[in-house]
Amino acid sequence: MALTGIEIYKYLPKTNCKECGFPTCLAFAMKLAAKSVELAQCPYVTEEATQALEAASRPPIRLVTVGGDDKKIEVGNEVVMFRHEKTFYHQPGIVVRLKDSDPADAIASRVDAVAGYNVERVGLEISMDGFAIENASGDAAAFAACVAAVRAKTKLPLILMSSNPTAMEQALAKADSQTRPLIYTATKENWEQMAGLATQFKCPLAVSEAGGLDELAALTEQVMDKGVEDIVLDPGARDFGESLSTLTQIRRMALKKSFQPLGFPIIAFPGEATSTEEDEAVLAGQQISKYASLIVLDHFSPAMVYPLLTLRLNIYTDPQKPIQLSPGMYEIGTPKATSPLCVTTNFSLTYFSIAGELESSGFPSWLLVCDTEGLSVLTAWAAGKFDAEKIAKTVKEFNVAESVSHKKVILPGHVAVLRGELEEELPDWTVMVGPREAVDVGGYLKQQWTN
Amino acid sequence: MPTVEVPIEKWTGKVHEVTLGGNGRKSVVLGGASTLPFLHFEGQMPHRPLVAIEVQDREPNDWPPSLVSAWGDCLGDPGAWAKKAVEFGADIVTLYLRSAHPEEGNTSADDAKKSVEKVLSAVDIPVIVIGPEVAEKDNEVLVAASDAARGQRIALGNCLEKNHRTIAAACIADGHVAIAKSPIEINLAKQLNVLLCDVGLTPNSILMDPTTGGLGYGLEYTYSVMERLRLSALGGDSMTAMPMICNVGEESWRQKESKAAEGVPEAWGDNDERALLWEKITATSLLYSGADIVVLRHPRTVESTKAVLDNLMGQSAR
Repeated sequence: MALTGIEIYKYLPKTNCKECGFPTCLAFAMKLAAKSVELAQCPYVTEEATQALEAASRPPIRLVTVGGDDKKIEVGNEVVMFRHEKTFYHQPGIVVRLKDSDPADAIASRVDAVAGYNVERVGLEISMDGFAIENASGDAAAFAACVAAVRAKTKLPLILMSSNPTAMEQALAKADSQTRPLIYTATKENWEQMAGLATQFKCPLAVSEAGGLDELAALTEQVMDKGVEDIVLDPGARDFGESLSTLTQIRRMALKKSFQPLGFPIIAFPGEATSTEEDEAVLAGQQISKYASLIVLDHFSPAMVYPLLTLRLNIYTDPQKPIQLSPGMYEIGTPKATSPLCVTTNFSLTYFSIAGELESSGFPSWLLVCDTEGLSVLTAWAAGKFDAEKIAKTVKEFNVAESVSHKKVILPGHVAVLRGELEEELPDWTVMVGPREAVDVGGYLKQQWTN
Repeated sequence: MPTVEVPIEKWTGKVHEVTLGGNGRKSVVLGGASTLPFLHFEGQMPHRPLVAIEVQDREPNDWPPSLVSAWGDCLGDPGAWAKKAVEFGADIVTLYLRSAHPEEGNTSADDAKKSVEKVLSAVDIPVIVIGPEVAEKDNEVLVAASDAARGQRIALGNCLEKNHRTIAAACIADGHVAIAKSPIEINLAKQLNVLLCDVGLTPNSILMDPTTGGLGYGLEYTYSVMERLRLSALGGDSMTAMPMICNVGEESWRQKESKAAEGVPEAWGDNDERALLWEKITATSLLYSGADIVVLRHPRTVESTKAVLDNLMGQSAR
């Protein structure tokens, strides 16, 4: 929780010695509140004040980075329970589990499939984030060899899974600590050694404790006392009901009580409570919306991850800034030169509404998206951002006349008033007025479109 | 050892309870929650959210083969379809009067009445009837549906701002529940509830349809509007405290991601599995944000969503 200048002032010596470079302690406090100076500029600040002020400026959920400079997963630093309150900042990393007991060629081909997975959606490239490698064999050498083999194939972030500190140490030596894999995991039994490895290799550390949040917090505090700062929590909640309630509780403790031992990102394993790929995907879907920051999948197929990556894109869209589409000519279905041409704005929900209706209308169509700075049809019209001039300019800018042979353009019904002006702007075009609501466009085309 | 005292929200409001069915028909109660969905550590969720199955009054003409084959011969016969829906585990049957749409056959109020009667006599679970979503036509066919189901407390939709008087009057006269549909906007949703109450419907005779955006097609807007509506209801605003219904099946299966069999990127993967997940993930996402009824299409989505609900309600392990 950020403090005000007055609150900070209470912790300062109040001597106005000016050694910090400011005329009074209050002036210095104001600068501190604005984050434009460092507390260390005050030579007389007490240890107690330093701690209190640092605690107050600490984010309620620590930002943790897994991976190297090239490819990394940054998670945490969330500030709200609900996305509409502000936004969810750091989308969860979605990784796939590999087991060191699997044949090397099976591992290699899975690494290729996951690392090579890439798909475009609304102009964004989306892909998978990395791998978790589990020491399922129980053999330290096999684990280290597997980690080395995977590291040689991909730069994507890794989670190393073993409760055996010896195996972990050997694997870390092979993993190239510059790429900061996540050490999974510290338990009540091994935490001292695991915390030692996290410090030695400068890697983030997961802490696992399924015996309730009290026990988890106690273990996390012990690990923090050992100097480990970058921590990921595994509360052991696995199924639909437990995951939802436990992850909600952890998020509340962090945000509403600034409870530091639980102020860390959370890791989830949806495959451990489900038996099929589809069920695993449905549970991973919950964990995307409800507070997981790292999601380890046991299955991988394009049909499984495409819906999940789409959901992640939806939930982590900033609701304060609706997604704007790039203006341009969009193809709905496979339109021909004779297909209908509709005009709309670049507010994503407007686009999705009309694109969805066109998609199901049976008419492959051209959809010309104008730059209205993300406003919907009526709002953009009212704000003067969706007028005849703008539409005509967009028609010319994207060489629309080269895509269609008919020179007919369909306006949204809500801006029927623009028809006359648009006919003036585009003298050799026929301007048609479509329905007011997207849902009626299929019926409209059936009746009115005769090409 | 630190003690973790999880903050518990002290909600002052709760979701209105709405009953469907009764009078010889099996009945269900929706709503009643005094906490956010499935947070049993905080408050009560006395009635589990329910799964409705979509039935149409004519053979669907835009369904992909995997969906058609899951249902087989019954498509085209609303009575047989409704019976099969019960076999597949529906808590509620939702009949869509699609053929009444002026562009889809423009069938009459009398036809609508017959379809409703077929479904009512085929099954003994609660029924919802949805018109073609053309306000004037909805007035005709929903009034006929209302009359046909008099006393059996069905839900009738959609009730929009422009035709709310007619639908509300039918619901009041015949003892039904109105489904108030608003375009993904919290204030419009509230305003329509207020209008319905002004014309004499009680809050426990209203369901809200906040308008569903499918996964990838505005899901996040619906998700957040529903969270806001539910938070407002728990915060004590009675006019946002109606149970919510989401038209998941239609909004998932109409999208290219569910329908297209060819010409899609390889990265989209297997068509049938992707389409199923599209519906399942849309459904569960909206359950977390407060849906009390999800209307579904594929029997496997019904099965999986009910199993997830069992788990979320603490009723059984999977």
